[in-house]
Amino acid sequence: MTTKSQAVLNWIDERFPLTSTWKAHLSEYYAPKNFNFWYFFGSLALLVLVIQIVTGIFLVMHYKPDASLNASGVPVAFASVEYIMREVPGGWLIRYLHSTGASAFFIVVYLHMFRGLLYGSYRKPRELIWIFGTLIFLVLMAEAFMGYLLPWGQMSFWGAQVIVNLFSAIPVIGPDLSLVIRGDFVVSDATLNRFFSFHVIAVPLVLIGLVVAHIVALHEVGSNNPDGVEIKKKKDSTGKPLDGIPFHPYYTVKDIVGVVAFLFFFSAVVFFAPEGGGYFLEFNNFIPADPLKTPPHIAPVWYFTPFYSILRAVTYPLFGLDAKFWGVVAMGASVVIIAFLPWLDRSPVKSIRYKGPIFKIAVVIFVIAFFILGYLGVLPPTPGRTLVSQICSVLYFAFFLLMPWYSKLDKCKPEPERVNFK
Amino acid sequence: MSVDQKMDSSRRTLLLATSAAGGVAAVATAVPFVASLTPSERAKAAGAPVEVDVSKLAPGEMMTVEWRGKPVWILHRTPEMLASLDKTDAKVSDPASDKPMQPEYAKNKHRSIKPDYLVAVGICTHLGCSPSEKFKMGAESGMGADWPGGFLCPCHGSIFDLAGRVYSSMPAPDNLEIPPHQYLADTTILVGEDGKA
Repeated sequence: MTTKSQAVLNWIDERFPLTSTWKAHLSEYYAPKNFNFWYFFGSLALLVLVIQIVTGIFLVMHYKPDASLNASGVPVAFASVEYIMREVPGGWLIRYLHSTGASAFFIVVYLHMFRGLLYGSYRKPRELIWIFGTLIFLVLMAEAFMGYLLPWGQMSFWGAQVIVNLFSAIPVIGPDLSLVIRGDFVVSDATLNRFFSFHVIAVPLVLIGLVVAHIVALHEVGSNNPDGVEIKKKKDSTGKPLDGIPFHPYYTVKDIVGVVAFLFFFSAVVFFAPEGGGYFLEFNNFIPADPLKTPPHIAPVWYFTPFYSILRAVTYPLFGLDAKFWGVVAMGASVVIIAFLPWLDRSPVKSIRYKGPIFKIAVVIFVIAFFILGYLGVLPPTPGRTLVSQICSVLYFAFFLLMPWYSKLDKCKPEPERVNFK
Repeated sequence: MSVDQKMDSSRRTLLLATSAAGGVAAVATAVPFVASLTPSERAKAAGAPVEVDVSKLAPGEMMTVEWRGKPVWILHRTPEMLASLDKTDAKVSDPASDKPMQPEYAKNKHRSIKPDYLVAVGICTHLGCSPSEKFKMGAESGMGADWPGGFLCPCHGSIFDLAGRVYSSMPAPDNLEIPPHQYLADTTILVGEDGKA
């Protein structure tokens, strides 16, 4: 570095911790050298967050959150989305990037969470990273849900109607709570405007704050790895972990490979199948919202369907409270229970590589149950399907609630001293 | 503060009092913000009653009108449709309409003022979808051979009979709501006002 630029850097460093921050989080943040495929999804989630924010900023320039009907009898909000799609130059691309980005966000986040599950990334001392992560997932669901109302199509309207009514199932405060959420007695212009406000301002701010907390907590304790052993236990004479390599340039460069591969698939969807076969953008949402007529079959977007199935699976009243209330409780619990994993897993080892057969079988059953729940969530209910979703819901919860026992019983292999690296 | 310095307890008390007062002010400031989330005066005023002429509604037909942003059904029931209510008595969870889902004058077997006309809010009491018509009886309806006619909610599968009574063991906890209504003339219904409240 020339003396002049060094002087500028010094001037800044005396006033702002630029070099030390760069070192702490990138050039001297030591990450385990044995990261594999599964470790791409954290940085990819960050990439999708940036895509969503940038495309969102541009969409807001043309979108109008207005449920009133225009001169041709179409809701203004719906018409403004069609306007973006047909008349704003490049608008179709920005909108498809945003709508595909929503699904991509959940794909990447689900894989990122599954990685944590496989390698025990939630275990001590990473409990707070995991809790921040669960909160990010919850906030992301709120963000996606509110965003889905904005096009003001049939699925937007009836989806919001159903989800807001979930809150009215809470005893005593429920009906008033759902009134405060809607701002009206039905889903209406007031609801559309407040969801717009939450979707573009409030929730993204919370989301970014949580992402910062997630990464700060990660960099405080250091990354886990596929072997689940702490690299900080073995350090060289200078105090650097023997199995660690600087995040920059090693992982920044590696992550670019992941970014390229991701964008390859992402672009394929955006350009060739932006509706995702009716799963990313549901066909009924190309019909303007009609408060008088529910479409013959409504289903949430795919990323909500496992939890939606759990909601529908509860059909029995309990303790004098409606099945509806317990369905809501079960759905809420199915997300919140994820946060408790650090305390449910009592296995002596972190990574699935050294865990015994019981845990491996439990994970397989859990994944199968999750996929079946997701699949049933898009289908209309029948008695048979309800029974299957009830069984899968029980399996879903059993995976978590029985973990303290089966993870202890399991015959684990000994963890290695150092990470495996070829 | 060094260890040997004594804590000034009166300053500590002042600090606590100031914090408490500040906290009260912060909570008080939140009140208008939360209040702004509740329905506006305009939304509250929008519940004007709706006058409906049912003279052209043939037996077996249903019409939908909008009241307070919700669909309100007016179903002209045929004698067979009314007879089906006897068959569903045993299948519904609240056959006598004991739960307050209807005004007093509709707390009867057919859940209406005049047996022929059912006036009901077409919003499922589960999560607010609008159930679809399944009026055809028997296997033709796709609801099974012994189906006596009724409504099916497309969202979560709740089933209602032709008086809007929910079947037992359904996601929906209550019968469909009967809105306040009255007959202004023989075939003119005013939905939203019964002149009693």
